[in-house]
Amino acid sequence: MPISGRVMPLLEVNNIETYYDSFIEAIRGISIEVKEGQIVTVLGSNGAGKTTLLRTISRVLNDDQPEKGTIEFMGKRIERTDPEKIVRLGISHVPEGRQLFPRLTVQENLRMGTYIRRKDHDLDSDYARVFGHFPVLKDKKSQRAETLSGGEQQMVAIGRALMSRPKLLLLDEPSLGLSPLIVDEIFRIIKKINEEGTAILLVEQNAHRALNVAAFGYVLENGRIVLSDTTKRLEEQEDVKEFYLGITKDGSIKGYKRYKRKKRWR
Amino acid sequence: MIIQQIISGLALGCVYGLIAIGFVLIFKTTAVINFAQGEIMMLGAFVAFTLITIFNVPFVLAFLLTPIICGGIGILLERVLIRPLVGEPVVSIIIVTIGMSITLRAFAGMIWSYDTLAFPLLFSEETIRISSFVIAPVDISIILVTLGLVILLFLFFKFTTLGISLQSLAQNPLASLLMGVSVKQGYSMTWAISAMVGAVAGMIIAPITFLSVNMGFLGLKAFPAAVIGGFNSIPGALVGGVIIGISENLAGIYLPPWVKDIFAYIVMMAVLMIRPEGIFGTHEQKKV
Repeated sequence: MPISGRVMPLLEVNNIETYYDSFIEAIRGISIEVKEGQIVTVLGSNGAGKTTLLRTISRVLNDDQPEKGTIEFMGKRIERTDPEKIVRLGISHVPEGRQLFPRLTVQENLRMGTYIRRKDHDLDSDYARVFGHFPVLKDKKSQRAETLSGGEQQMVAIGRALMSRPKLLLLDEPSLGLSPLIVDEIFRIIKKINEEGTAILLVEQNAHRALNVAAFGYVLENGRIVLSDTTKRLEEQEDVKEFYLGITKDGSIKGYKRYKRKKRWR
Repeated sequence: MIIQQIISGLALGCVYGLIAIGFVLIFKTTAVINFAQGEIMMLGAFVAFTLITIFNVPFVLAFLLTPIICGGIGILLERVLIRPLVGEPVVSIIIVTIGMSITLRAFAGMIWSYDTLAFPLLFSEETIRISSFVIAPVDISIILVTLGLVILLFLFFKFTTLGISLQSLAQNPLASLLMGVSVKQGYSMTWAISAMVGAVAGMIIAPITFLSVNMGFLGLKAFPAAVIGGFNSIPGALVGGVIIGISENLAGIYLPPWVKDIFAYIVMMAVLMIRPEGIFGTHEQKKV
């Protein structure tokens, strides 16, 4: 695991403010940092602004967003870059809900991941790498993506993102709607992808798994960061334990304490 | 007699099919129905005519140059008239395409006059006689060119990354953007391809219908062809065109003369009553 301070930040988000769909989902001044080779996780409940954060980074929101703040990737400002150029810089976004091309085959979906490298003729090793991570997909590569199960679709989505050879992978809720066994496998692969050198910004509701795999974590509430620390220390935080990991110290009578704590954060 | 009518209906149907493919291509990626598709076909015929008779370009070269020129016109039309409207209601854009068709017809009238002109023939007008029935070489040329073009389109959309990216744009614009596909470029490429297909349709039908500014009205029969095919399927559009071409010709023999011109719409309504989504159409299904 890279030691903080010695490694240059790969992604630096400085104080961004994003408004999305008439103020319903908004980010109000978020700063985060992902270092080279690191897994960083952003935790938070529904509507906290996690997806908006990732979409701000990959620029697929309205053109005039983020309203304020800067995003730097490898020392270059990208908060006004065209969305189709973001992936060319080395950021690959696996969006919430997989977003596959339903009537293309698995192989064609993966091929779309190589769109920015379409003049590159050496793609065999990339396919081999993806099929190595997800052997199930190899047997189903001529099937339409819409015929796959949810877990397999998530694998295609991650595989497709890998085909562009990203330096940073943005993962939006990879565990959403999947059975625990499949989630285990997905997180095992996430870890492996990271060990092969790709930095990952992981947005999750499943705090337990996310904290397990990441080195650093942020907790997002109502568009603001309320906590940030190494995952080791986050795991020991009383608030995180209680609200995200579901561990309670013998609760006081009438659940009074829980109410009070929650109140403090909102 | 019947076989002759079927073959000439097949040829005409191929042209309907090609125009319908133009409708389908643009509709699939941009959700817009381009009512100027027939006029783009008309332009194709006039451009080829101009190249051959005025600039004395050899026939084959003119046949290759015309789609390229018309593809350029398609890009221009999209860039100037359609792109500023992206994000506006689709109906507004569709009305712009209707305006586009009227304007193109007027421009063509100013440039080439409103007279009906004869298109130079590549094949002799003499028919080929096989045992008891006769076949016009023009019909055969139309069928062969259409087949070739459809195969070319199939190969492009199935096997090139560019072609797959256009499909992906139609299926999921957000994900395409994340893959690095430029939506703007995709839209203009779609217009270019659709104009090229239209141009080919114009060049192959011109020897039969003669050249006239009003050729574009053939597009009105290609529209039901696209609907019959499901409006989102390229093979469907071609099959729809062939169904209309043949049934229209047969109606011309067996039914009163006034039925022939509206027969395309009668067939369309009959198909929609049995299969509302068209022959090749699919319902969009969303998995939750």
